Order: sequence, then structure tokens, then C-alpha cells
Amino acid sequence: MNNNGSKKVVLRFPQEVADRPIVCELALRFGLRFNILRASISPHREGIMVMELIGSRDRQEEGLEFLREKGVFVEPLSQDIRMVEERCYHCGTCVGLCPTGALSMERPSFLVRYDPAKCIACELCVLACPTHAMEALL
Amino acid sequence: MGTKLRTYEEINEKIKKGQVVVVTAEEVVDLVREKGVERVAREVDVVTTGTFGIMCSSGAFLNIGHTKPRMKIHEAYLNGVMAYAGLAAVDLYIGATQPAKDDPLNKVHPGEFRYGGGHVIQDLVAGKDVLLEAYAYGTDCYPRKKLVTWINIRDLNEAYLFNPRNAYQNYNVAVNLSDKTIYTYLGVLLPRMGNAGYSSAGQLSPLLNDPYYRVIGIGTKIFLGGGIGYVAWQGTQHNPTVERTERGIPKGGAGTIAVIGDLKGMSPHWLWGVSIRGYGCSLALGLGIPIPILDEETLYYCSVSDEEILAPVVDYSHAYPYGTGEILGYVSYAELRSGKITIGGKEVPTSPMSSYSKAREVALTLKKWIQEGKFTLTQPVAQLPGVESGVRFKNLVERPVEASVIIGR
Repeated sequence: MNNNGSKKVVLRFPQEVADRPIVCELALRFGLRFNILRASISPHREGIMVMELIGSRDRQEEGLEFLREKGVFVEPLSQDIRMVEERCYHCGTCVGLCPTGALSMERPSFLVRYDPAKCIACELCVLACPTHAMEALL
Repeated sequence: MGTKLRTYEEINEKIKKGQVVVVTAEEVVDLVREKGVERVAREVDVVTTGTFGIMCSSGAFLNIGHTKPRMKIHEAYLNGVMAYAGLAAVDLYIGATQPAKDDPLNKVHPGEFRYGGGHVIQDLVAGKDVLLEAYAYGTDCYPRKKLVTWINIRDLNEAYLFNPRNAYQNYNVAVNLSDKTIYTYLGVLLPRMGNAGYSSAGQLSPLLNDPYYRVIGIGTKIFLGGGIGYVAWQGTQHNPTVERTERGIPKGGAGTIAVIGDLKGMSPHWLWGVSIRGYGCSLALGLGIPIPILDEETLYYCSVSDEEILAPVVDYSHAYPYGTGEILGYVSYAELRSGKITIGGKEVPTSPMSSYSKAREVALTLKKWIQEGKFTLTQPVAQLPGVESGVRFKNLVERPVEASVIIGR
């Protein structure tokens, strides 16, 4: 299985490709499974999609290269939700909202910790943070 | 229990000599479990408490100095946030929850409330220049009608925080029983009890360590926003006569204090402007109160732990906004702080709005100040209304008004 795994990516669809059936090719051509975590795509407008790709690393790379050739911008997800440490006073209101445990309360320090690898970019923390310490760069 | 162990004078003498024994309200819990109330009361002189959270009903008085020609300000804005000017000529009060004048509020729900009075206070304390725009109607003695200038805290004659209601003694735990997300001052609440919001430092919180207001009173010197402050009065909505547990802990929001302190001595590390999604702006601040161990009883009350403090769980989609008074149950702060509570058989993750790590830091900072001889204790000049006062929080009873006298807006 060491050649298999899942990878979370952010796909940006420029206006001219937003209405073409591209994503389905990941399954049809490359045999990849995918799980759409979040999407906002309308015909003739820029779109954005956050997905988890499941399959062999080679296939994942081929699939993503295919998307790039079609004009889709591909970025790893972890860059997109960021914790600005100096703006956080560690209340933890985000911790009870986070669906994946990417935000957690460390004990006994009671400091909020963020693990980008577990983040699915639902943005509930961005919505709820009273000091704008959680930033979405999407 | 009633035997006097030490006086304020004796404690202050020990502070000056560097011999005072201070522990935090968190540390004292284990100490008492280990050694018992009697022994710890003999050993410890002061217990420090602390809380850090969003405290609405906060604000600051500013005196900006007179202009030439003179001006009696009628309407004022600080970085676009309206300050109350109906006091005199150049006295202003900037309230923490006032949003910027051009804020879209909740027109697109849930509103962001990116900048408000709390942020102005934070910027002032941080030493940033703040834009003042002021207007007046002009009088013979105060002819000027318009003023636009930068101001800075260092140039103000006075700048002091005066918060009418802080340090709530216990508070509600908020859940949402409805089918859609709601946006409250206790945070974003997910549908069908998807999470629970709460806000108290529990065992570290000042008034929970002195539940009957035996030592905290008017004139008590406190840690406020990283500087020195005082308890000025009982806070608004002070409600000492609520139901209490066997050891005297209120089973819901009860006592409050009004506090005052020099903004010029405070730090942005302890005063934060906040934006509560869909609700509004406010100010988060650190507040700590030292408790002198005058007798065993004082120490006994300080030894309260999170397991012994209960908070009512309230539905903020209906029971709270419509004031039905319905309580879904009680949970302890130990459960709340564990990260999940169980309500009606359902496990619910908790979302604290106050920072326990910062509350701890307040208590530890105050402890350090006292140990280093930088902070002495004051005896209150008057007591806060207690259980025996009969003071009870009242709701407004509306009365019919004739149409002809309504001013409208």
C-alpha cells in the first residue's frame, strides 16, 4: 500500500474551463477515486473545488498533470487554511466546531493546536474565530 | 472556621518583606486535596484568581484636551466608530460593542463585524494613532464645529477603562436545538446540539472563588488588562439571589462587578478587540483578583474545583431569545473542559469562548507581582450586595405609550 494513499488538493477552474466535464476523467482515464469536500463552480465563472484523491501516487500525479494541461490550477490543500499564531488567544471556540480534529485543545496547557494535514477546509473555524486568527487563502 | 488568621496589614507587611505565600486558585485545589483546608489556610496568605474572555459592557473614558478655538463635541467617531459625546466638551466614552458607522451589520447574515469599539480600545492601548472626527453645533463659548485629527493615548489627558459589568459569576452553556446554524455571543452553534458554547474560567474565575462576596468588594485592587484596576461598584445585572449549590456556588449567572483602571498602564496582550460572527463587536480582556486568606472559610471557598461548579445548559435557538427560562440540564466545568458533555444521552463537543490558558496566565502574573512586592492588597471600602440584600435581577415590564409622545427614529 505504500504506493497508495490519499491527497487533498484545491482545484481552481478558470472561467473558460469551468463548464467542461474534466473532473470525471480522473475516474474514467486514471482509475482514481475522489471525494469532493467542497465545491463552488458555476458555468462561465471561476470555480473552486476541494477534493480528496484516492489511488496510487503515480496515478494521482498523472491525473493532476492532466488537470493542469486542461488549464486547472492545482494546489495542495494545507496551504489554504492557516492559523495566525499571534492573533490566537486560545479560547478554543473553533475546537468544538472542527469536524476532523484538525483543531484540538492541548492539555494540560489548554493551547489550541492546528494540524493542517487533518483539515478539510470547511472554514467553520474561519467563520467562528473572534480574532480572525484562522485565515482562508482560497 | 471563623478564626481570624491574618489581616490585610499583615499580608501587605509580608509582601513588602518578600515573605508572602501566594498560590493560584488552580494550584490551591490540589494543595487542599493533599493537606486539607486547615493546614493550607495557615500556610497560604493569598490566592490569585484570573479570567480572560469576551466581556461586553466594557468601554473607556477619554479626555482629548481642548482645541483652539474651543469645541463642545456633539458627535464623535474614533476610526469610524461612534463614541458617546454627551458628557461635556471633550470627554468621550467609547463602548466595546459599538460597530463602525459603515459596518453592514447583519444585512448579509451572519455579519462579520470586523472593527468596532473593542478594536479602537486595543489600538489605543497598542499606542497606535487613532483617527478622531468630531462635530458640534457651536456655542458662544465653544464656537468650533468640526475637528479631524489623529490622536494617540500618550497625548490624552485621561484614558481609563470603565466596564459596567465584568467577571460574571458563572454563566449559561449554549446549545442549538433548531435545524439551522445560529450565531450567538457564545459562538457559532451548530444545529441539533452539534456543539455547546460556554464562557467561564470556572475554578479560576474571581467571583466563583468568593461566592458570597466576603472579601471582594468596592475598592478591591485588581489586575485589569495587564495593569492596575479597582472594583468600582457591583456590576450591572448583579444577581446574588440565584439558586446555589451546597457550597454556595451559583448555578447560573449571578454576581458581577463594575471595574475601573488606567488604560495607559494596560497592554494589548490583555485587551483584544473581537468580532463575533452574526452578533457584533466586543472586547476580550484579562481580569484577576487576589483573595486574602483572612480565615479558613475564605480558603475553603477558594478551593472550589471545576467538578463542583455547575452551569445550566440553555437552548439559544428558542429558550434564551424568547426568555422561557427552560434549562435542559446542568453540567460541570470539569465536563465542559474535557471537550465534550452529555446532554439527554447525546455527546456534544464543547466550544469555549473564554481562554483557560490566558486565565491561568492572569492568575500566575498576579501571583508573581505579589511575590515580587509590586502589588499590595486593599481592603474593600464597602461590600457588594450579597444574598441577604434581596437584590434580584428584573426583566423589563413594558407599559403602553400614547402615539403622540413617541419620538420615533
